[in-house]
Amino acid sequence: MVSVPGPHATYLNPILERHGHAAASLLQILREAQEHFGYVHPDALDYLSAQLRLPRARIEGVAGFYSFICLQPHGEYRVLFSDNITDRMLGSQTLMEQMCQQLWVEPGKASEDGLVSIGATSCTGMCDQGPAMLVNGRAVTHLSHQRVQEIAHLIRNRTPLDDWPGDFFRVEDNIRRKGLLLDSTLAPGDVLRAALAPGAADIVAAITASGLRGRGGAGFPTGLKWEACRLAQGAEHYVVCNADEGEPGTFKDRVLLTSHADLVFEGMTLCALAIGARKGFLYLRGEYRYLLEPLQAVLQRRRENNLLGACILGQPGFDFDIAIHLGAGAYICGEESALIESLEGKRGVPRSRPPFPVTHGYLQQPTAVDNVEIFCQAALAIHMGADNYRAIGTPKSSGSKLISVSGDCPRPGIYEYPFGVSVREVLKDCGAANTRAVQISGPSGVCVAESEFGRKLCFEDLPTAGAFMVFDDSRDLFEVARNFVHFFAHESCGFCTPCRVGTSMLKQTMDKIAAGHGTRYDLAEIEHLDQVLQTSSHCGLGRTACNPVLHTLRHFRPAYENRLKSLDFEPAFDLDGALARARQMTGRDDAGAHLKPEET
Amino acid sequence: MSRKLRIATTSLAGCFGCHMSLLDIDERLLALLELVEFDRSPITDIKHCGPCDIGLIEGGICNAENVHVLREFRTHCKILIAIGSCAITGGLPAQRNHLDLASCLTEVYLTEPGLAHGHIPNDPELPLPLDKVHPLHEVVKIDYFIPGCPPSGDAIWKFLTDLIAGKTPELGHGLIKYD
Ligand SMILES: Cc1cc2nc3c(=O)[nH]c(=O)nc-3n(C[C@H](O)[C@H](O)[C@H](O)COP(=O)(O)O)c2cc1C
Ligand code: SF4
Ligand code: SF4
Repeated sequence: MVSVPGPHATYLNPILERHGHAAASLLQILREAQEHFGYVHPDALDYLSAQLRLPRARIEGVAGFYSFICLQPHGEYRVLFSDNITDRMLGSQTLMEQMCQQLWVEPGKASEDGLVSIGATSCTGMCDQGPAMLVNGRAVTHLSHQRVQEIAHLIRNRTPLDDWPGDFFRVEDNIRRKGLLLDSTLAPGDVLRAALAPGAADIVAAITASGLRGRGGAGFPTGLKWEACRLAQGAEHYVVCNADEGEPGTFKDRVLLTSHADLVFEGMTLCALAIGARKGFLYLRGEYRYLLEPLQAVLQRRRENNLLGACILGQPGFDFDIAIHLGAGAYICGEESALIESLEGKRGVPRSRPPFPVTHGYLQQPTAVDNVEIFCQAALAIHMGADNYRAIGTPKSSGSKLISVSGDCPRPGIYEYPFGVSVREVLKDCGAANTRAVQISGPSGVCVAESEFGRKLCFEDLPTAGAFMVFDDSRDLFEVARNFVHFFAHESCGFCTPCRVGTSMLKQTMDKIAAGHGTRYDLAEIEHLDQVLQTSSHCGLGRTACNPVLHTLRHFRPAYENRLKSLDFEPAFDLDGALARARQMTGRDDAGAHLKPEET
Repeated sequence: MSRKLRIATTSLAGCFGCHMSLLDIDERLLALLELVEFDRSPITDIKHCGPCDIGLIEGGICNAENVHVLREFRTHCKILIAIGSCAITGGLPAQRNHLDLASCLTEVYLTEPGLAHGHIPNDPELPLPLDKVHPLHEVVKIDYFIPGCPPSGDAIWKFLTDLIAGKTPELGHGLIKYD
């Protein structure tokens, strides 16, 4: 049977043209195809398979990996509520129920008339202005009963998104405290002009001398990374800016890309000069789709000003340009090797390392992958001079750090501090009161309790990628941990068994405890699972997936114990309830038709 | 060793494949009988389990009777072992878990001709099915798991002899199988 590509060819051809029919652009092609048609139609898959000369299974495999790519119709309006704990604390679950009722849909299913589907998605990075949601990929903030009602009305009337009140889509920066980065008044090109004369080796030496370390979590020395990449042999070198920002509770990269995009691109160009790259990528998480056009405008302006393109600033041989790749809803693509796989148009599965991206990255060529903030900090360090930069912060953590504050405090938003600030100081500045705990660096980070509020944010003590979620004494830390465990189970890429199975088992155990079926034995099982995850997972996701439970167990054990039955063992489900259906069907109610709890 | 250990075995929602595998230890069965004696088991046809050292259970939990037998084993066995995929995950019988029990019963007894004269059996003698098939560890505490469908005779032999010798059982390379 020959499928008729007719209607699909018309919109797919221009997309394929734009991407040069390159298999490496598969994810971008799928994204754009979907924006056009609402979902990726089976016939469109066949057509792409023929045009890209890729097996259909490969295309479906990629499409199926990313939660924002749909292979089935999901309604003209696809609503996804952000499901971070901070959204929940602001009432997102009630709002979602309300919307489902008003639009007559069940969560996760498209309505029968094909109008709308409503579901949940991992943190969308709007924690300081939640509850938030995505509608057809566009972020809506500050949800309230009023706003949800208005949205239900707009959807029922099939109002195009462009005609919705602009207010709904407003995303604020909420910058609360500035430091050397957010205060910077550098004009585009300032840093590059200063760096041109000294040249590549000197830039790397200065970055090394500045003591700059990664801002994406691991804190790897940036100078070392750039030096290794500069010296690595390869036909091409690549710069990749990691703007996947998937760690729940983190949103500082969003603010940098909104208000300091020039500095980000300046830093990427500086890196290109340092490592000898001619091409760079910004990997932008799908949740920040709305930033695509503004960022492209900045890139275009920089091209016009000779800050990108051929012979940058008139320097022969200094050629560099940046392309933006959009992610499609997969937290794991923040891991650098998974990100590179995704850039190559594949499923975002972490690679085996070594070899590391600095020698074998994008298309197996030397690649420097860094967090958004690093490119800004690197530009500043070069501008200020290594010694001046190093004087800020603590001995092993130089410079400043952007902190994304959310949760129980009156002033959530972005706070910039020199490294070494204490948890207590941040709490004071954001006005938090009666704080019970703070989750530092997101679910994969550390949960600190009051006794530890004197600890400092820096690589010597509490390393952080930036998230700072505040929980006051009205919060149940068990539920916080359970939300995080669900997050990991959902985001596990499924490549290795310990994590694929382990995160699901962890989720089931937490749900069992939440349902009142938990025992001490289950707590011991959690500790056992943690060992398996930590020692045998392929990447950092699996290795950190138990952290939320272990940390809250350490500090808030009673929150768990209160829920336990004080037995050694408790069934995982209601045994007698499990016979109800059969009782109903057979009309029986005799003693044999019931299961009594065991006498202990 | 002063006294022989007592072992009980049973098959719940399983296919007896795991028991066949136990028999696959072949002539080593005689060596095993030097070390243990069998309590309730298809081998002895004893109907109820008395105090035992080791209980071996194949199959998951699909009905009320399975729950009673499993509880009987848990009460009487010091060490309880789930053997095979069905016992550990629900296995093949759990394929029905994504179907609604009521529509299964309707389909089998009411819609399709020829069975039970158009009514769903409701004799109190018959155990009621649970709405879903569950692995053993969701109903009682299980001490050890031997994976495989079925685990090989060699794996069962290694596991039991380790246990009898008082060693933490270890199935090395080649003995652990998940299918
Ligand atoms: C599961 C996982 C998710 C990650 N997500 C991000 C992310 O969203 N953004 C980021 O910059 N780094 C993330 N990382 C760290 C990156 O792998 C990499 O270390 C980082 O981009 C390097 O930049 P840096 O040197 O500036 O830290 C993640 C790591 C793991 C294991
Ligand atoms: S640890 Fe988890 S996320 Fe990482 S590769 Fe394995 S399955 Fe994927
Ligand atoms: S695990 Fe396999 S062999 Fe054992 S009872 Fe189940 S189906 Fe039969």
